[in-house]
Amino acid sequence: MEICIYPKGLLEWRELARELLAREVPPDEVLWQSPEQNTLFAINPVTDPKAHSHFKVSKEFLSLANTVAVHRSGRQWFHLYRALWRITHGERHLLSLSSDKDVHHLKSMEKHIRRDIHKMHAFVRFRKVDDCPETGREQFVAWFEPDHKIVPLTAGFFKKRFTGMNWSILTPDECMHWNGQRVHFTPGADQSFVPSADEQDELWKSYYRHIFNPARVKIKAMQSEMPKKYWKNLPEASIIKELIATSGETVAHMHEREPSPEKKAPKNAYLDAIKNLPS
Amino acid sequence: MNTQKKIEILADAAKYDASCASSGGRKKDAPNHQGVGSTNGTGICHSYTPDGRCISLLKLLLTNVCLYDCHYCINRRSSNVRRARFTPQEVVQLTLDFYKRNYVEGLFLSSGIVRSADYTMEQVVEVARSLREDHDFRGYIHLKTIPEASDELIALAGKYADRISINIELPQQQSLDHLAPEKNLSRTREAMGSIGEKIAEFKPRASKPNTPRRQRKKGLFATGQSTQMIVGADASNDATFLERAGDLYGNFKLNRVYYSAFSPIPDASQRLPLVSPPLVREHRLYQADWLMRFYGYSVNEITTKEQPNLDLDIDPKLSWALRNREFFPIDINRASREMLYRIPGLGVRNAQRITQMRRHFPVSTSDLIKIRVSLKKALPFMITADHQPARLEIDSEKLRAIYAPPPAQLEMNFTQTPSIQVPKSAVIGGEF
Repeated sequence: MEICIYPKGLLEWRELARELLAREVPPDEVLWQSPEQNTLFAINPVTDPKAHSHFKVSKEFLSLANTVAVHRSGRQWFHLYRALWRITHGERHLLSLSSDKDVHHLKSMEKHIRRDIHKMHAFVRFRKVDDCPETGREQFVAWFEPDHKIVPLTAGFFKKRFTGMNWSILTPDECMHWNGQRVHFTPGADQSFVPSADEQDELWKSYYRHIFNPARVKIKAMQSEMPKKYWKNLPEASIIKELIATSGETVAHMHEREPSPEKKAPKNAYLDAIKNLPS
Repeated sequence: MNTQKKIEILADAAKYDASCASSGGRKKDAPNHQGVGSTNGTGICHSYTPDGRCISLLKLLLTNVCLYDCHYCINRRSSNVRRARFTPQEVVQLTLDFYKRNYVEGLFLSSGIVRSADYTMEQVVEVARSLREDHDFRGYIHLKTIPEASDELIALAGKYADRISINIELPQQQSLDHLAPEKNLSRTREAMGSIGEKIAEFKPRASKPNTPRRQRKKGLFATGQSTQMIVGADASNDATFLERAGDLYGNFKLNRVYYSAFSPIPDASQRLPLVSPPLVREHRLYQADWLMRFYGYSVNEITTKEQPNLDLDIDPKLSWALRNREFFPIDINRASREMLYRIPGLGVRNAQRITQMRRHFPVSTSDLIKIRVSLKKALPFMITADHQPARLEIDSEKLRAIYAPPPAQLEMNFTQTPSIQVPKSAVIGGEF
């Protein structure tokens, strides 16, 4: 039995996998363990780079591996090696078998991570910390708690979108910073570095309150797309409860009110003109 | 009046417009470390309100002062709502402030009709111009246009916006005459036609390698148009709505038709008393629309002369399958993809997965469980490697009874507004 400690990332896993493949170690004989789990057995170091084999896999597998590599559980390494073994041992078409157990595990991890990335793009809220009139580059900072270690995978999006301002996104795992030239990464931080409010919060909350239609409350639909775990970092979420609680009354008032009488059209040249337009 | 108060009034004024897409924009990024914004073609929902709707764009009216008297509309001239008016610069500033905090994808701007169509359009276009030209804004812009506005102004709107839209509001002229006397269906269709031509003209074509250069010379134009129809305000049946949608998709290549259940507004009109919004009907229309656009169904298949309205208890695909039992069972290991699309409970994605898998092995029922096909719905209509439905053993009426919710005891409750039961499927857009 080979014992592999969870690699730090895809590159490290690839090195391990190459060597295991070169030595024809089948997946059932590899035990992937987190560093904490690994107390009983001696580590079996896999360190001989010369033993590397070269294998070809599809772009689809590479992209899948690249995404699931950031899964927080560590379970992806086991499934990735199983899939890799099977792909290189006569099942090149493996990824097109949607009902296969390994494929199913990997694809569902991929789905969770893609959703996590999407939600980070959506729910990061920047707060302004400095106008920086001397440089003309306003400074913003945000706090976010992703489910998986996705921070580097979101850098491209934030860089392209918020090019003209300086920003930092802090998370418990890793922080990233943009200064107009490059994105750089620093170790995880805590929320105390981020101001608790922004000057635009109140306007944004007013907007949220008034774009809501109290006559069609669908709380489940809202929560399936914006689960409660995100609410603590969304300024608008602080008024959700109140909006739901008062919606029935608001609509009842609309129903109770007498309809208003029609007003005659004002004198207006344009209104006269459209009456005579050919239709 | 301060900005806060204006936001309240002009967001209230904008909320009933469901045609506010933020997808399908041309890809663009902020250039050379200045400006702000990017559009990547898919659109992001940055928040959700308790009505389950997505907030993607900052959706505002420039003003809710309006010359028109559309009876379903909160902003009609006869309404007693408070009126407000933003200056173009105020909207520009709000858009930038909200965008930089990642609250929104961009701006959706509409307006009440003031003075004239052209005057109103000029104001709306000025906001978009300033965002693009004065501030290098590369986020999404969706502008509502007025069919009677001049070609030059519509061209300008299209130059700055990713999407432009005109709301048709009601599917036939007769209904407009009664409820929106200033609106005219054929003028709206004509305007959609000329916008559609411009979109097609500027659309990059792979077959013409020199297109990009020509485009640069001529400038750019929005990449799509959409519209909205209000459901439940007039007496039109579902067939009329779907025929109109088919007309707009087919003739003018609209990207999206939105259906918006007529919903109570703060100040009702005498001609249009308030009711609870027909949310289930709205949901069924969206499903039918989806069948027309992605599953190859025609309007005549979805509704019939005898049943011009959609079945509220079961989805339109199942409803078609029950009316056409001779079409089934379909063998999932042999049938074409188009045939697979006809099986209730089987979506586009899963049909694709099946055609991929069956190249390598005969697909059986347990494979379908693993890819989460709704077996309860699908099994009576399909043959798998290890399943053969008892052919026509259960008649359509009995099958329907299995899927439709049991008839509910109506409770009378005079203290609360009636609550609406929305089917669980209503929260899951897309495949069914």
